Amino acid sequence: MESFGTYVKLTVDESIKVGYNSILIFVIVSSFMGAVTTLQTAYNLISPFIPSYVISLVVRDMTILELAPTIMAIVYAGKVGSNIAGELGTMRITEQIDALEVMGINATSYLVLPKIIASLIMYPLLVILAGYLSLLGGYLTAVLTGVMTEYDYIYGIRYDFVEFNVKFALIKAFTFGFLIAAISAYKGFYTKGGALEVGQSSTAAVTNSCIAILVADFLLAKLLL
Amino acid sequence: MIEVNHISKSFDGKQVLFDINCQFKKGQTNLIIGASGTGKSVLLKCIVGLLQPDEGYVAYDGRDFTNGNRNSRINIRRKIGMLFQGGALFDSKNIEENVMFPLNILTKMPLGEKLDRVNFCLQRVELENVNKKMPSELSGGMRKRVGIARAIANSSQYLFCDEPNSGLDPQTSITIDNLIREITVEYDITTVVVTHDMNSVMEIGDYVAFIHVGKLLWEGSNDQITDSNVKELEDFIFANKLMRKIRKKVS
Repeated sequence: MESFGTYVKLTVDESIKVGYNSILIFVIVSSFMGAVTTLQTAYNLISPFIPSYVISLVVRDMTILELAPTIMAIVYAGKVGSNIAGELGTMRITEQIDALEVMGINATSYLVLPKIIASLIMYPLLVILAGYLSLLGGYLTAVLTGVMTEYDYIYGIRYDFVEFNVKFALIKAFTFGFLIAAISAYKGFYTKGGALEVGQSSTAAVTNSCIAILVADFLLAKLLL
Repeated sequence: MIEVNHISKSFDGKQVLFDINCQFKKGQTNLIIGASGTGKSVLLKCIVGLLQPDEGYVAYDGRDFTNGNRNSRINIRRKIGMLFQGGALFDSKNIEENVMFPLNILTKMPLGEKLDRVNFCLQRVELENVNKKMPSELSGGMRKRVGIARAIANSSQYLFCDEPNSGLDPQTSITIDNLIREITVEYDITTVVVTHDMNSVMEIGDYVAFIHVGKLLWEGSNDQITDSNVKELEDFIFANKLMRKIRKKVS
């Protein structure tokens, strides 16, 4: 049995790979997501009967309930899922997994478990970051383009805030983090053939992860809201 | 000693190995030879436990490996070193980390001791100043040597080599063959090599098992191989033009 310390080190390494290395793409996508959502909501709510703080209220709820956990999960599946499947698929076809097994190492737990744990830890943190940055992107857009005042934006963000929505977003984040890592690892680990099949495994990992995310999103919304 | 007892294996209803029986003795280089697609690598995978045979079992020094429980299998596996066809070095680790890998996972040696062992193993396979290089920076022959260094790092008692000469020039092949033989004798280990290279057979084949279409057709030493009177083996040995010419001249 490999030592506990070995798994801790592997999990830290994987956390850096799946989490830290995803920060840039999350910063870019979530900031623009918040900015565009603010502009489009403002565009659709031009009416003297609707107070302008409703724009940021809508942006807040969309961000917390759907954009940060679900849309970012699609981005995460594309970046991390394809990477996991590609890495494990290449290890399989170049006999690196066989080499581990011959040494008496449980290749499944050695290679897959740290990736799943890292994803379970890092994806919710990335979702929290994405949520903040989305709201910040919306704020900057609102203020800089003049679609609403700074006061209205902050007022709308705070107005009728439901704490459970944050918990719901984190439940979704844990679920999606697990699904993406597990599906991608499975597709990569059981790759057969050569370079072509590694590419197919990566594609299948992303496609299947996206479908699983959408189904899980629906089920969680139905069960928990 | 490794005993292969009545091993049969099939894939999707197609039988690949038929009742294979042989013994690989300690301190000698044992070769499994045969043409491509005859089941040599499948037999090797059954021996090291990467594939489960349909029938029969493999015993390491009298202990049933195939039907043993998880712990006994792991204990035996930790005494196995294997050189894979492509080297199977871990791409994300440098050479030092690759050779140190079994020591990191399977032992509690202090770092200094592990580094000494890594340097010793790399020197043993005649590689120096490559510790910090990545596998992609090495030639095919060097990668195979690193593979051997990794295989012996944990003082393995059983060494398996899957086509150690594939993709190598004749001179490098001889170097690798000699290295395998020297290590076998020096550390008194049981070595099993899968190959279809006749040069290897003549150089290091203390014991040779010839597999043809999944059946063990002949076994003996490299000195006896030309007198086998097995047509399939003779066809295999004298497959190339040079060997046919030599045979013609001799006869």
